[in-house]
Amino acid sequence: MIGANLLGSSFGGVLAQIEQTPFVRPHIDWHAVAPELVLLAGGALVTVVDVIGLEKVRRIIPSLTSLVFLAAFVPVLTLWNQQGDLPRVMWDGAYVVDNYSLVLKGLFLLSGYVIVLLSTNYMLEGDYYDSEYYQLISASVLGMLVMTSARDLVSIFVAIELVSIPAYLMAAWRKRDLKSNEAGLKYMLMGVFASALLLYGMSLLYGMAASTKLTDIAAALSIGESKPIFTLAIVFTVVGFGFKVSAVPFHTWAPDTYEGAPTPLTAFLAVASKAAGFVALLNVVIIGFPGQADVVEPLMWVLAAATMTVGNLIAIRQTNIVRMLAYSGVAQAGYMLAPLAVFGDRPGQATSAVVTYLVIYAAMNLGAFAVVIIAARKTGSGEISSYGGLFNYAPGLTVAMTLFLFSLAGIPPVGGWYAKFEIFRVLTDGGSGAGVSLAIIAAVNSVFAAFYYLAILKQMWFMPAPDGDHSRISIPPSLQAALGVTVFVTIVTGSVLIGPLSDITKLADLALP
Amino acid sequence: MMLAAETTPFALLPALILIPIITAVILALLPASRHDYLKLVALGGSSVAGAFAVYALAAFDKADGGLQFVTRSTWVADLGLSWFLGLDGISLFLVVLTGILFPIAILATEPHHDPKPYYIWLMILMAGSFGVFMALDLLLFFLFFEVVLVPMYFLIGGWGHGRRIYAALKFFIYTMAGSALMLVGIVSLAFLTARNTGQPLTFDVTVLAEAQALSTTAQRLIFLSFALAFAVKVPLFPLHTWLPDAHTEAPTAGSVILAGVMLKLGTYGYIRFGVYLFPQAAHDLAPIFLTLGTIGIVYGAVAATVQKDLKRLVAYSSVAHLGFIILGVFSLTTQGIQGGVLQMVNHGISTGALFILVGWIYERRHTRQIAELGGLQKSAPVMAAAFTLVMFSSIGLPGLNGFTGEFLILLGGFNGARWWTVVAVSGVILAALYLLWAYQRVFHGEATGENADMRDLQWSEGLAILPLLVLIVFMGVYPKPVLERIEPAVDELLLHVAANVEGFEEPEPQAPAQPAGVTELTEALEKGEAHAEDHGDDADHQDEGDHSETDAVEGEG
Repeated sequence: MIGANLLGSSFGGVLAQIEQTPFVRPHIDWHAVAPELVLLAGGALVTVVDVIGLEKVRRIIPSLTSLVFLAAFVPVLTLWNQQGDLPRVMWDGAYVVDNYSLVLKGLFLLSGYVIVLLSTNYMLEGDYYDSEYYQLISASVLGMLVMTSARDLVSIFVAIELVSIPAYLMAAWRKRDLKSNEAGLKYMLMGVFASALLLYGMSLLYGMAASTKLTDIAAALSIGESKPIFTLAIVFTVVGFGFKVSAVPFHTWAPDTYEGAPTPLTAFLAVASKAAGFVALLNVVIIGFPGQADVVEPLMWVLAAATMTVGNLIAIRQTNIVRMLAYSGVAQAGYMLAPLAVFGDRPGQATSAVVTYLVIYAAMNLGAFAVVIIAARKTGSGEISSYGGLFNYAPGLTVAMTLFLFSLAGIPPVGGWYAKFEIFRVLTDGGSGAGVSLAIIAAVNSVFAAFYYLAILKQMWFMPAPDGDHSRISIPPSLQAALGVTVFVTIVTGSVLIGPLSDITKLADLALP
Repeated sequence: MMLAAETTPFALLPALILIPIITAVILALLPASRHDYLKLVALGGSSVAGAFAVYALAAFDKADGGLQFVTRSTWVADLGLSWFLGLDGISLFLVVLTGILFPIAILATEPHHDPKPYYIWLMILMAGSFGVFMALDLLLFFLFFEVVLVPMYFLIGGWGHGRRIYAALKFFIYTMAGSALMLVGIVSLAFLTARNTGQPLTFDVTVLAEAQALSTTAQRLIFLSFALAFAVKVPLFPLHTWLPDAHTEAPTAGSVILAGVMLKLGTYGYIRFGVYLFPQAAHDLAPIFLTLGTIGIVYGAVAATVQKDLKRLVAYSSVAHLGFIILGVFSLTTQGIQGGVLQMVNHGISTGALFILVGWIYERRHTRQIAELGGLQKSAPVMAAAFTLVMFSSIGLPGLNGFTGEFLILLGGFNGARWWTVVAVSGVILAALYLLWAYQRVFHGEATGENADMRDLQWSEGLAILPLLVLIVFMGVYPKPVLERIEPAVDELLLHVAANVEGFEEPEPQAPAQPAGVTELTEALEKGEAHAEDHGDDADHQDEGDHSETDAVEGEG
């Protein structure tokens, strides 16, 4: 009764307040939200075209979707060009467009574009519902764009669900295959569980700060005194994101989901979706918990060390290339978590390192998946042994895969080494024991990683084709384009374009509201 | 180290890297079916690059101990990353060695399949090898250091023998394990230096070496992270186990380059990025490396003695020879380091030649088992003669190049690291034992079965090995042109060490402003050789040389 009364009275109070203050439409900077709007409109357009044209337009849907991604990229460029107007702040600081968010928006849109290229033939030839698939991809990427600008718990949560829910559906897209069903179900259950943990952590944060804005939370945490509650809130939040980025020990869904899901979607999960998780983590940790480094850093240290080590060690044992890439992705997530273990006194540098890693990781991993998709068109298999003799009948493809694998292993002059260098740079710059020890663990891990990447190289270059079948692989144009883009980015980010890349990813301004 | 302002009419050092890369691109564009063209193009490209390297030798100002032919341009300003190449007396001969060994390795052997990727990998390897010896920016060096791994991995794995894939993997993982920590070391060094000096971030080796802004502990730890990478490359005992596998299973050209050029990355690294960057730590921790080097000398020799496979025997002999170089370098004396640099070149020539000869024996007889060979002297007298000369060079017979280097190392070692040297000298005797014994079993005796009608050297083969034989004799008889170019750089290095290590006194002080010292030494050596040739009394001569030199030294001190 009392509760109801209280509820009633406070509700009445709020209502009264709302009646008293006249509604003022918040200022909307249309240019700033243009990428999201273009993507939203484009996704709607794809739906409408599909509904009207049905079977007749089936073949143009992928092209249309990829055009939508490229169209949404245009306002990102124009926003980037008007550096003077950045950061563009909206809705009382809950939504911010700055260099950080623009770099990541660009990354997500281009990743989405490559994913569409990867999916085109897979979906056409596999007899799946395809236009729905592209609509869901657009929706998920929209969530990612929102994520990059979200500076408020509610918008972060909405964004992360917008990213995840379409992905749950798409993971089970090969609906006649039990493995795909398992993939979708496992991913959804784990994802929902993670969201629940995340929400719990967020509710504790809200309880202390009485605001969902990250900057308010940072302020409240820095003056508050109930350390145990903070810690609990931080741990729950971080663990929630831990699922999203497949950090050990919350990684168990990843290999099964990756293996069962359609391969282009696996690439999407491993690259774009994981990157979105990292963006959310960066936003919350760097803006929300800047004063709580003493809690966050040890937590991140343990997560990073465990993630890279366990990921690499299990990857060595894999015989299926998709599972191997899944575990390698887990290990890579460990490298990306590492800068957060020392973010306290140099948040800008840590952000830059993670973003640089995300960019290079996206290129090399999407490229590796492109090769997997192409190779599977001939061999129909994901076993590493099926790559035997690839050099004899597909030398170009083999060279491309070799570049991606060396990049993943961190061998110069392809991208991966620079990504790793950035991580080492953040870790060792302070000269702190925690940072240097984590750098050493990462270095040792890169040797484990080389071991399983070399296993694929060995098959491709030195082993005979398992069935003696040396017929050439035909690569459809969309996959050629995907391969071209990823090879190009992988090569230049480690050599000639390091300078521009480091300029673009120099992001000291994230901590500002 | 001072930068010489002198410039060449064109960008010599970038050209050295670019020519092999351009050749690789041309090769990639040629049709795979034209085997003859492929070899010709590869040979042409590598010879042009080799000619440029020899030109660098000719244009090198021998009185200057600093860097020459420097090219420098900023790559990434924020990171302090620059494209910074240069040569001094220490790296010069390694570059020349690279330039000579590659065309010879290409000329001497043929891949047994897929020549196109084979030559492309060799060209990439050549570019990387040039780069690694010329890079003076730490990150650039690391880049080349890692890049050379890749072609060698494919050469061993793709064109090797027997357990080639295992050997290639082992080679890659060992080296990578070493160099992974080096990247952490490089980054830490640059950042700590920038932080402690307040200077902008840089990876420039000369700046970092001058700064010396690290605490003792930091310097030691970072030095060790570098040292581990180099220890794998050298290889130092107990990290040597990849070497016999890789050398034995690699194709002949791979073995030649691996032994001739790539092992030198380790010893060169110890000089340029060990002693030069971390003089204090190198000085303090020298006993560790002296001990490991000495163990390597004895262990390598003993292991070589008991090998049944001729190529494996040569591979183990490398462990012993490289041990000598380490001994010379960490004796931190002028003669020791000078001898070490010289011995790097000598080892490249003689072991390269040995691998080529063993490769030819294998091509003809399809076996490398010593027990299955015998009496080859009868069927292949010219080859036996070449083998004899190369073998004596490897043993260190006076009058041939191996002696000069070993002698200087032992001389420097005796002054700088006496007891280690005393043990190491046994390696000289063991070298004679395993090589002569192997020679006896392979070439002497009755030739039976296939051994009886083994083909002798063909003209083309003789032509390929001839330059190496000439160098072996030339550098043994007249090492002065080499030594006088190495000496100023070594002197500068030791001055740098003396300036940065408290209480460091070169055990055998030789004023750097006295290039006469080297002249005396070479004259002494020449006299010794003349003496030896006249009387043919080697042991006697070695004793004498030793005495006269130490006497002279004591007189100066």
